[in-house]
Amino acid sequence: MTPTTRTRWAILGLTGPAYLWLAGTIFLPLTAMLVLSFLDKSPLVPQPASFTLANYQAYFSKSFYWPLTRWSIELGLWVTLFCFLIGYPAAFALAKRVKGRWREAIFLLIVLPFWSNALVRVFSWTMVLRSNGIVDVAVQSVFPGAPTIDLLFSYPAVIIGLVHSYLPYMILTCYIALQAIDDSLIEAGRSLGANRFTTFYRVILPLSLPGIVSGAALIFVPVIGSFMEPRILGGTKGATLGMNIEEQFTVTANWPLGAALSFILLAIVLVIFGILYPVLRRQGGGA
Amino acid sequence: MSEVAVIGAVKRYGQVVALGGVDLTFADGEFFGLLGPSGSGKTTLLRAIAGFIDMDAGEIRVDGTDIARIPVHKRNIGMVFQNYALFPHLSVAENIAFGLDVRNVPKGEIRARVGESLDLVRLSGLEGRRPRQLSGGQQQRVALARALVTRPQVLLLDEPLSALDKHLRQEMQVELRRIQRQIGITTIFVTHDQEEALTLSDRVAIFNQGRVVQAGAPREVYERPVNRFAAGFLGEANFLQGKVVEVAGAAARVELASGGQILVPATGLSVGAPVLVALRPEKISIDPAPADAAVAPNRILGKVSAAIFSGSSLTYRVAAGDQTVIVFEQNKSRAPLAEGSAVVLDWPVADNVVVAP
Ligand SMILES: Nc1ncnc2c1ncn2[C@@H]1O[C@H](COP(=O)(O)OP(=O)(O)O)[C@@H](O)[C@H]1O
Ligand SMILES: [Mg+2]
Repeated sequence: MTPTTRTRWAILGLTGPAYLWLAGTIFLPLTAMLVLSFLDKSPLVPQPASFTLANYQAYFSKSFYWPLTRWSIELGLWVTLFCFLIGYPAAFALAKRVKGRWREAIFLLIVLPFWSNALVRVFSWTMVLRSNGIVDVAVQSVFPGAPTIDLLFSYPAVIIGLVHSYLPYMILTCYIALQAIDDSLIEAGRSLGANRFTTFYRVILPLSLPGIVSGAALIFVPVIGSFMEPRILGGTKGATLGMNIEEQFTVTANWPLGAALSFILLAIVLVIFGILYPVLRRQGGGA
Repeated sequence: MSEVAVIGAVKRYGQVVALGGVDLTFADGEFFGLLGPSGSGKTTLLRAIAGFIDMDAGEIRVDGTDIARIPVHKRNIGMVFQNYALFPHLSVAENIAFGLDVRNVPKGEIRARVGESLDLVRLSGLEGRRPRQLSGGQQQRVALARALVTRPQVLLLDEPLSALDKHLRQEMQVELRRIQRQIGITTIFVTHDQEEALTLSDRVAIFNQGRVVQAGAPREVYERPVNRFAAGFLGEANFLQGKVVEVAGAAARVELASGGQILVPATGLSVGAPVLVALRPEKISIDPAPADAAVAPNRILGKVSAAIFSGSSLTYRVAAGDQTVIVFEQNKSRAPLAEGSAVVLDWPVADNVVVAP
């Protein structure tokens, strides 16, 4: 065997298991769901099913899907935006200001939410946000005459809950990007006459853009399909497409429709990334 | 162009004294080398001048004005970093234009000045490249062009050539000197390479433990070191220890601890005073000892304990009493002296430099 063919075999041997696993866990179920989305009956029913486009047509013909979709996308944008506004400064402080032991301690606090059950996390927010909840009581004790604060079952409640869940992704990806920026680049910027703000805007921000983009992608994609947080914290307000999809599977047992809606959601995500990709590529070209 | 004066600079990091009261004046247009072992405070001084650190005491004056309160971005300095610190997301031209851009220089002028700078460092044609597409030497040139394009008052370089291989380093030394001469900018250059400091600098300062041990023209510092550290750090030196036994006119006779006598300039010496003499190995002539070899001042007998051949020159280690004397000799026609052979060493009186311990 020549070295090159041997290398090829080695690559195949090393990557093979990973590809098999990915094919098994992503490709197969996705294909099954794709087929399912074109059926006219749920596979749970004994009658034989036939192929149809009706499930996709339903999305475009029924007017109530559009507000659900719009709110899902808006929710994705809001949550991503707030995660950026809160997470980026935190990551910056952690990467460039905090040193040594403290950094590890703060890191632990950031990943701590990941270790608790998502359902517990969301339900604990209901106790904080409802009237006579923790926020309300705290505000009343400081400003006795203030109007009652009841955030539960509102748009802000959903956003707060989701930001809390997904913030660590933004902090971690931005931290990694910021930490890779050599301090001498920042000093070079300053020595060339740029003040702190200009140095941030012209050097730090563009170099950390890849971290922001991956954080945004990691947050936007799951949030736009979320259903648990909107249901528990939003109640009847702000139903999302994700909630509707979940109902098709668990309540109405209309699996084909649920599958079709899932693929529409996937298509929306892909279209958004397709539009943003060239823009981001140009911006973050160097890194 | 400007004169920079550092007056009583002190900087402490906890117990560590990074700068312990440094006084140095960098003349207008001068190329000044800061030399010293690692951790001696060279970088700290450079960073204090640049404005990246606040000193605990002392002043830095540029053309007579104290700049302590002026933030980094308002000091008009050019800095070249050890790792070049080129912006990876910007092209060569954008890197060079950065300092002009943030000063809101008109676009047309930026283009002209970037072009001039590229010519100066001989990189025309590469303006569109990204830093990672350049070789180490080219990156170095971009860093230099970027630091100079804003026409700073002072150019600061912190071990700029240490990342380059030997050949490229020599080429860049010549370039650096050419560019510095061409624009006549006051330049402060940190290096731990003594040869580099001696070849490039108009003046050098030797640092040790946060203090300037000696400052002056390279030749002066090399030929007349003030103390043992300066003599040993810059080049090689033999140290001869002894006691003054006689002062006669301009010369003092010193009895060496290892045996033999030498004559040294008498300035400030009296009989009985202990002296330490630094003697450069290349000043000593070495010859086979004749059978009737006699000892005289500045003439001692010994035995070759090692002869190291290195092409153009030879290094001998000669045992004279319990002192080992190192001697450099040009590789002339004579066959190298064999190890174990008896030799006689002599040298001019003027090459005995009395130094502080
Ligand atoms: N930021 C810092 N924190 C603590 N000690 C420092 C810091 N910077 C430098 N030092 C110490 O100050 C001394 C001088 O350092 P430096 O100026 O970098 O030396 P050089 O450049 O001559 O090698 C060293 O002992 C170093 O450990
Ligand atoms: Mg240093």
